[in-house]
Amino acid sequence: MTDTTAVAPRESPLAQLLRHSRHVLAEIPVSGFAFALFLLILLAALFGPQLAPYDPLASNTAQTLKPPNAQHWFGTDQLGRDVFSRVIVATRLDFFIAVASVALVFVMGGLAGVAAGFFGGWTDRIIGRIADTIMAFPLFVLAMGIVAALGNTVQNIVLATAIVNFPLYARIARAEANVRREAGFVEAARLSGNADWRILVGQILPNVFPILVVQMSLTMGYAILNAAGLSFIGLGVRPPTPEWGIMVAEGAAFMVAGQWWNAFFPGAALMLAVFCFNLLGDGLRDIIDPRRRT
Amino acid sequence: MTGSPALCVDRLSVEFRTRSGLVRALDHVTFSVRKGETIALVGESGSGKSVTAYAIMGILDPAGRVTSGQAMFDEIDLLSASPKQLAAIRGRRIAMIFQNPRSALNPIRPVGRQIADVLMRHRELPARAARLQAIEMLRAVGITDPARRASAYPFELSGGMCQRVMIAIALAAKPSLLITDEPTTGLDVTTQAVIMDLIADLATELGMATIFITHDLALASQRAARIVVMHAGHVVENAPTTELFVQPRHPYTAELIAATPDSAANLDDLAAIAGSLPDLRRPDLPACRYLERCSRKTEQCAQTLPQAVLGPEHIVACWNPIPVQAPLKRAIGAP
Amino acid sequence: MTVLLDLGHVSKFFPAGGRNQLARLRRRLSGGPEKLPKVYAVDNVSFVINKGETVGLVGESGCGKSTLVRALTRLLDVSDGSIKLGARELALKPARVFARDRDRARIQMVFQDAGDSINPRFTAFDAIADPLRRLRRARGKALKEQVEAAASQCGLPPVLLSRFPHQLSGGQRARVGIARAIAVKPDLLVLDEPTAALDVSVQVVILRLLQQLKRELGMSYLFVSHDLSVVRLLCDRVLVMYLGKIVESGPARAVFDRPWHPYTQALVAAVPRFGGEAMERLRLKGEPRSPIDPDPNVCRFYGRCPISASDCKTRAPALRRFGSRYVACHFAEEFVVERIKSGP
Repeated sequence: MTDTTAVAPRESPLAQLLRHSRHVLAEIPVSGFAFALFLLILLAALFGPQLAPYDPLASNTAQTLKPPNAQHWFGTDQLGRDVFSRVIVATRLDFFIAVASVALVFVMGGLAGVAAGFFGGWTDRIIGRIADTIMAFPLFVLAMGIVAALGNTVQNIVLATAIVNFPLYARIARAEANVRREAGFVEAARLSGNADWRILVGQILPNVFPILVVQMSLTMGYAILNAAGLSFIGLGVRPPTPEWGIMVAEGAAFMVAGQWWNAFFPGAALMLAVFCFNLLGDGLRDIIDPRRRT
Repeated sequence: MTGSPALCVDRLSVEFRTRSGLVRALDHVTFSVRKGETIALVGESGSGKSVTAYAIMGILDPAGRVTSGQAMFDEIDLLSASPKQLAAIRGRRIAMIFQNPRSALNPIRPVGRQIADVLMRHRELPARAARLQAIEMLRAVGITDPARRASAYPFELSGGMCQRVMIAIALAAKPSLLITDEPTTGLDVTTQAVIMDLIADLATELGMATIFITHDLALASQRAARIVVMHAGHVVENAPTTELFVQPRHPYTAELIAATPDSAANLDDLAAIAGSLPDLRRPDLPACRYLERCSRKTEQCAQTLPQAVLGPEHIVACWNPIPVQAPLKRAIGAP
Repeated sequence: MTVLLDLGHVSKFFPAGGRNQLARLRRRLSGGPEKLPKVYAVDNVSFVINKGETVGLVGESGCGKSTLVRALTRLLDVSDGSIKLGARELALKPARVFARDRDRARIQMVFQDAGDSINPRFTAFDAIADPLRRLRRARGKALKEQVEAAASQCGLPPVLLSRFPHQLSGGQRARVGIARAIAVKPDLLVLDEPTAALDVSVQVVILRLLQQLKRELGMSYLFVSHDLSVVRLLCDRVLVMYLGKIVESGPARAVFDRPWHPYTQALVAAVPRFGGEAMERLRLKGEPRSPIDPDPNVCRFYGRCPISASDCKTRAPALRRFGSRYVACHFAEEFVVERIKSGP
């Protein structure tokens, strides 16, 4: 064949993906670190209750407010509960909130935005107005309002976070779909017998996904912070459920008296998680975007 | 023959550092342009013709590096000149026109202003005089109603008009050398003809030397007095136009001519060029980069590359050039 | 010759002045002109493509060939006219739903920029498999076999099938685009400048491939290009378009060697030829006329045409027949008579 360039070994797309991932993670140590941290968080989320040395809900009045020591690595809180166990177990809830919010807003905002960008016309106008309405409110106030109106359950916190982030995702998705609407491969897809909705889902969405992925990792961090914020003002998770935000809220009162460990450790966990998700975004995008594959 | 060279490129070599290795984009490229002469730098994609121009102008990608050679212009070596010297030369004594006119112009600045910018910077005209002169230049490049068009933005103009504006900008400071990098790719063939006419007329008027960079051999044959053929970063042949087409000496030149549709009466007469460009990252590149595609190769071809001079004006980089008697179409494969 | 595709009086208008509804509303309320200004992208075009023929379509930017091509491949609806594929009238079915039509596979297209026309997230395999999945309901092993067959017919080695477009060379991408189009064995293949982005050496190979495929699969081609030298080599007949109308048509060699319409003459004169000095100044001055609401009584080429006589601005010339050639010019006779001696 006259124009065969160097022959690469025959690999499945999955093998290619894994090889590329390893390459990216090796090249950019920060991404590798973020990924490792993410795995750690994931492990804590999945196996938290098994790994915790003490029952996070068990109170022990004899051991209240003890500073970090050999038996209680992170100390105990005002009810004598082991802070370390509570922090570990809380990972599951916070992680769930993060992932659920992001999944929900990706589906809602991503689909709506792509439809608006692809079809234009009234679809675009209506979705645009919905997004504008949401953006008219200060976002945290809106989240507060939604949770206050519907009741503070975990589902509603997830819903509120998703709604508040909807305009951003819709806007990003819409811009990307708009650009690709005229692309040659969309016409080629029509010639190949793809109906419009199939083009939207099968051709456009996979192209929009990598761009949204970066946003999604940022949103995960935001979701946890949002839940923490809501808990802080009493609109979040209800005690005694361990959740980083509510632990910080309850522990803040004791800071003044010098019992820093109550608020510090859950706060540090929060910070670490948000940090990790932010760094992850860049690394994930490098892996997912095929144009960056050598 | 008008004598002294306007630009003399001598053994220019350029490398690019990339993630996948070191790309030896140019290897000892040598050619010159005389004052007032029009030459064409012809080659396919990957031949290094654009890289040559960018290296001369000092606008190579940051990953690129000139590893050897000189580009003498008016007794200054452009490749080792100071930024101050380069700034005085670029835009004023050497100008360049790029491929996609609309994207080479500043999209948020009216075209008249862009021309005036050059006039103010390089001819040191005051603002008002520059504005009026800009309108005159628009007229000179054939734009109708220039006073009104001077306040138009690039997106309001057609591709052909944008290219005329680029020409106006390039020629505003009356340079002595013009380099054009595929200036008519993307333009209609009738617009192309008019633009090429315009460049030729202005070049004659200003006594300007011109280097056309193109992949279109037929276009080069029509507009240039001399053609420099490039392949994989090498100059393979350098000859006056008529001589090149009547009697190409390098096998690549012959095959290129045979592959161009205009030269054929039937599709079957068109000849494909065997093989493909060698990977320029390989450390084991043979001395002649055409070796693996060549039907006339000899033992020496892998060792060193010659610069055979076949006539006062005709240079070929080949150990086994096509002999003079062989007719054009049979040249491939003749002993 | 059996007729494969028959276009009759096809026109396509676009509203000028965009879709600004407020402006439109204002215009209607203020009692302005009833009809909105329209851009006549394609104006009353008729021609046929016969089985086994290669028809060329040439014209410069703004001539309407892209619109015409999209109309006849049913990516766009026509404003007026008929598109008959065999006995069936295609214009009746809206473009929006034609993707699922039973005749969709019969007309396919190869795009100019193969890189742009393949989804960057699809491998070469996915790209070729898509029409087979959708139009032939192929799955699993049968799908794999058909994809590999199409790929090998187009000279694409199987190892390249798992690559993404940006990992392929220009020539390889072009082959993927062609393989995708022929995989469903269409009757008519529209080629929209398929070699424009390719080097000359690769172009030869691709053109030969197209020639071979046409013989093997018995297709007809509509070859759209601005490169007249290629059209001359590949096409049996050629149509020349200008500002939405066909101005000349006939056997390719004849039209290019002895053009009769002034526009075709300027076009041919502008093509760079080997070894020749730039052809004497048969250059077109100025810009094309506005395609918005053109005066139906004025020839579209009036003003730029070196002839531009008074007749040309009172009566638009119709496409007239001279043997196997058609020309739309009042002064065609002058050229025809001169050339009658040297052949059609």
